[in-house]
Amino acid sequence: MKLTLKIWRQKSLKEKGRFETYKVEANPHMSFLEMLDVLNEELIAKKEEPVVFEHDCREGICGTCSMVINGEPHGPMGGTTACQLHMRHFKDGETIVIEPFRASAFPVMKDLAVDRSALDRIIQAGGYISVSTGAAQDANAVPIDKDTAGHSFDAAACIGCGACVAACPNASAMLFVSAKVSHLALLPQGKVEAKRRAQAMVKQMDLEGFGMCSNITACEAECPKGISVENIARLNREYLSSALGSETVA
Amino acid sequence: MSWFSDFLTSSIGRKVVMSLTGLFLILFLLVHLAGNLQLLPFLAHDPAGDPGKAFNLYSKFMTSNPLIKTVSYLLYASILIHAIQGWLLWSKNRKARGNQGYAVKVNKVVGTNSFAASNMGWLGTIIFIFLAIHMYQFWLQMKLGHLPMAYYDGVEVKNLYSIVAEAYESLGYVIFYVVSMVVIAYHLNHGFQSAFQTLGINHHKYTPFIKWVGKAYSILVPLGFAIIPIYMYFFM
Ligand code: SF4
Ligand code: FES
Repeated sequence: MKLTLKIWRQKSLKEKGRFETYKVEANPHMSFLEMLDVLNEELIAKKEEPVVFEHDCREGICGTCSMVINGEPHGPMGGTTACQLHMRHFKDGETIVIEPFRASAFPVMKDLAVDRSALDRIIQAGGYISVSTGAAQDANAVPIDKDTAGHSFDAAACIGCGACVAACPNASAMLFVSAKVSHLALLPQGKVEAKRRAQAMVKQMDLEGFGMCSNITACEAECPKGISVENIARLNREYLSSALGSETVA
Repeated sequence: MSWFSDFLTSSIGRKVVMSLTGLFLILFLLVHLAGNLQLLPFLAHDPAGDPGKAFNLYSKFMTSNPLIKTVSYLLYASILIHAIQGWLLWSKNRKARGNQGYAVKVNKVVGTNSFAASNMGWLGTIIFIFLAIHMYQFWLQMKLGHLPMAYYDGVEVKNLYSIVAEAYESLGYVIFYVVSMVVIAYHLNHGFQSAFQTLGINHHKYTPFIKWVGKAYSILVPLGFAIIPIYMYFFM
């Protein structure tokens, strides 16, 4: 299939970027990233700069492959990362616009690669369990009902890709933070530090310059892992009960 | 900073302020509508008598009852806080979004109105302008008292009805009013359910009901307001 690509090219953080147009011939069985690989091989052969894009696992679990394809983070397929998106979902002769994730907290480093370390710093602020939880057999001895484990697992499916931020008109990271807070707060081991965690992670989220959630739900619509905004309501509850109802100050 | 100001200036704290003031304003709209409906002759107590009587007596009651007076200060505060906080949120969120926008952007959402949800700032701004005009025109005149008087059973009452009726004689004003109600409808359509989500109220059993009530409210209440000038323009 013959495709026209309009790709955002930007040399560095400081320099201004612009769209460049490329022609590429792809196979419908290729993934979106493999199609970009083909383009890059051709660019390298012509001694031109290849398009920088981030990727790692290429199987939808690492959350690295960040790009906005035809106006949607990770492209038009619901519940699919860019690396798992296949070219058969595009039409022969189609023009595809590829842009980096846009948000003040995600500065563009080069072409399609943005700096998402703000999300890491939010995790560092409290997205972990520091109390001793024992070994695997100890976890098995803790009774958890199936539904609660299910909700926690659904939240844990978040791969930290940042598509929620990219999709949100407010560039809010609430879906990401709510997934991380929910995942831990629902389980007995995570509950122990839930109060401090909710305050610390929200505080860091605010410091990083993400926007404030106005419940638009574009995040859920574009999340490749189907994280629900129900988690945002849970984060709000966790935060309110922690900030107003506990002695903890983070 | 104290823990409380930390809370109020956090992103979630700011949203809670929006939610609580918004819910109070939503409730107020019902009270306001109940009063306005008395402008309609077939809903007033005395269909045959003075068309302004029910409305004027109601306005008199609303501006003199000490309890309602106290609540009205809460109302003015809510309007201001909701507007100022909303504007702050809007400008901070634009800053967070950054200067470089997307060349192509698809606006998909889940379970809300995409247009309303992503334009709350603009919708709110229009409502604020409407409110400023509206309050100058009626509220301020009522307060400063440049109004003709009406007499009911020997009691002197400000004839607010007369300036309302006069305003509704102008087609331009009626259109402005009706358009403003459409804007309010959209603002409520997203705002109603959003207020609950912000407070953390999202529940498999109750959220579908809240969303349903929100939708019905956002259509019926602005419709109720809009019907009055339309009726008075054409039939009175
Ligand atoms: S919530 Fe979804 S969109 Fe956001 S970071 Fe996690 S997986 Fe990505
Ligand atoms: S490359 Fe790992 S999720 Fe796409």
